[in-house]
Amino acid sequence: MDALTFCIIVPLASALACIMCWRMPVAQRWIGVAGMLVLLAAAVNLFAVVAEDGIQAITMGNWPAPYGISLVADLTAAIMVLVAAIIGFTVAVYSVADIDARRERFGYYAFLHFMILGVVGSFLTGDIFNMFVWFEVMLLSSFVLMTLGGERAQMEGAIKYVVLNLISSAFFLTACGILYAKTGTLNFADLALKTKDLMEPELLTITAMLFLVAFGVKAGIFPLFFWLPASYHTPPVAISAIFAGLLTKVGVYALIRVFTLIFTGDMFFTHGLLLVLAGFTMVCGVLGAMSQFDFRRLLSFHIISQIGYMILGLALFTPLALAGTVFYLFHHILVKTNLYLISGIAQRYTGTFHLKQMGGLYAATPWLALLFFIPAMSLGGIPPLSGFFAKFSVVKASLAGDTLFSPGAAILGAIALAVGLLTLFSMIKIWNEAFWKKPDADHPVNPAALTKMQSWFLFSPVVVLAVFTVCIGLAPEFFFDFALRAAKQLLNPDEYIQAVMGGRE
Amino acid sequence: MELVLAITIGVLFAVASFLLLRRSVIKMIFGIAVLSQAVHLVILTSAGLKTGAVAFVEEGATALPPTAADPLPQALILTAIVISFGVLAFTLAMTQRVDETVGTDDLDEMKGTDV
Repeated sequence: MDALTFCIIVPLASALACIMCWRMPVAQRWIGVAGMLVLLAAAVNLFAVVAEDGIQAITMGNWPAPYGISLVADLTAAIMVLVAAIIGFTVAVYSVADIDARRERFGYYAFLHFMILGVVGSFLTGDIFNMFVWFEVMLLSSFVLMTLGGERAQMEGAIKYVVLNLISSAFFLTACGILYAKTGTLNFADLALKTKDLMEPELLTITAMLFLVAFGVKAGIFPLFFWLPASYHTPPVAISAIFAGLLTKVGVYALIRVFTLIFTGDMFFTHGLLLVLAGFTMVCGVLGAMSQFDFRRLLSFHIISQIGYMILGLALFTPLALAGTVFYLFHHILVKTNLYLISGIAQRYTGTFHLKQMGGLYAATPWLALLFFIPAMSLGGIPPLSGFFAKFSVVKASLAGDTLFSPGAAILGAIALAVGLLTLFSMIKIWNEAFWKKPDADHPVNPAALTKMQSWFLFSPVVVLAVFTVCIGLAPEFFFDFALRAAKQLLNPDEYIQAVMGGRE
Repeated sequence: MELVLAITIGVLFAVASFLLLRRSVIKMIFGIAVLSQAVHLVILTSAGLKTGAVAFVEEGATALPPTAADPLPQALILTAIVISFGVLAFTLAMTQRVDETVGTDDLDEMKGTDV
């Protein structure tokens, strides 16, 4: 039982330790990195426990389940916590060479840990209002990270990011209020039991739509994604990498949670709407990316299009489709963070993020080119890398005849394939512009831009994440097996409800 | 009483939407402040309004008296108010910083990053 709380205590303790060392930035830095390593160990432990013994649940203050606040880890949550810890650790290592002394002095590592705390808390909570609180912990820290440094571009991006996220929080809280008014409970498992009896189906659908807007803004689904490409490319690379990897996926996770546990009444409407939105999200994201020539802005639009695939899996609601979504989640977090980290190294070498001004990176730094090639091809869905299996399972599920929307869902499968092709096109565009083309006269590649020490800190996280991508690609069965088990738990909420409401200890 | 509160909540949501749609950053921030007040009132009404007793368990009793108000929305609203207070303080500080670095209050002029 301790495995659960440990994952929350560790980032909190590291964040507080960083604040204690406020005047010692170097100490903060190493506490920051070490804290992430401990969190990684805690997450591995949690994952092992959940994979071995099934869903873990614990209710605060030893109250019986619906009265205290529950923490629950099913396999999906455990996988997400594990991936969050991996990303947290790699980004913390990268930050050592990427974050300037001024930002370190103003508590960068403390807020990084507070944000991870919010992310892990959102994954592990079993209570809808508690999830709101974790969201706010995560958001407020992300606001600080976004604005830390106070450069003009950052402030312009931040105002859009902050305002739209606060509006979505208001929707979230309103929906919580309505749910409580009708059911008298906020516990996910208790809600899953009570909503169908206590709420009129119409009101339940309206509440579902409020949650869809609230989490949709956070996940960046169509048509609520505008804040994302307007802000994600403005802070330093390490910060935008962890935002790109984790934050939107917390929104997706929240959508998965409520649309598998609570809102399964009028599935033809709610999940049908998700299906349509998934299609638009995929297409809009990828088309938006095609016209971009800023390295990070292009990648930002690709986050949106990839979110579409995850929502597609959720909307189809079959074991294979949801397994695809879970597989997609962890594949995408690793790959996308890696691409952002690489964009930062490319910027160090050439002095620009603009693809038209870059060039010649392949000739000057072939290893960086190889490291870019792996996640880029994975994002495009080229076998045998991780992205292929993620896309394959979602598309296969949409073509199978067992969904609620067959055979119409096959159209979405076709869209997904076309979007995959366009994604590949975008990645090839980056390859041609930044790596293949001759160096730009004003921005020559300068391999001496990084000291040996800096390269070590910048490259090792990229290598680790690339190795993960290759491993998932080479042994997909091992990883897909976990995704399938997670999907079965999501589709069969009885196990979740039993773990929370059932016997103590 | 429920009707009065319902109308108040509706008006607050309308005012908040109007303010949020303005181009001026500071009016938008006021919009968020009003919006969060509207949401707090939604939570307050969620357990129904009644002029009952405060939510204390009497000495010797094991449960709340039936006339007692539901204490949970009050706990929720308190949490939500504290959070929205912190968030509002942050946004105001941020607005000041935006004004210093960007030099305008007009959202239409903040397109420097949208290229």
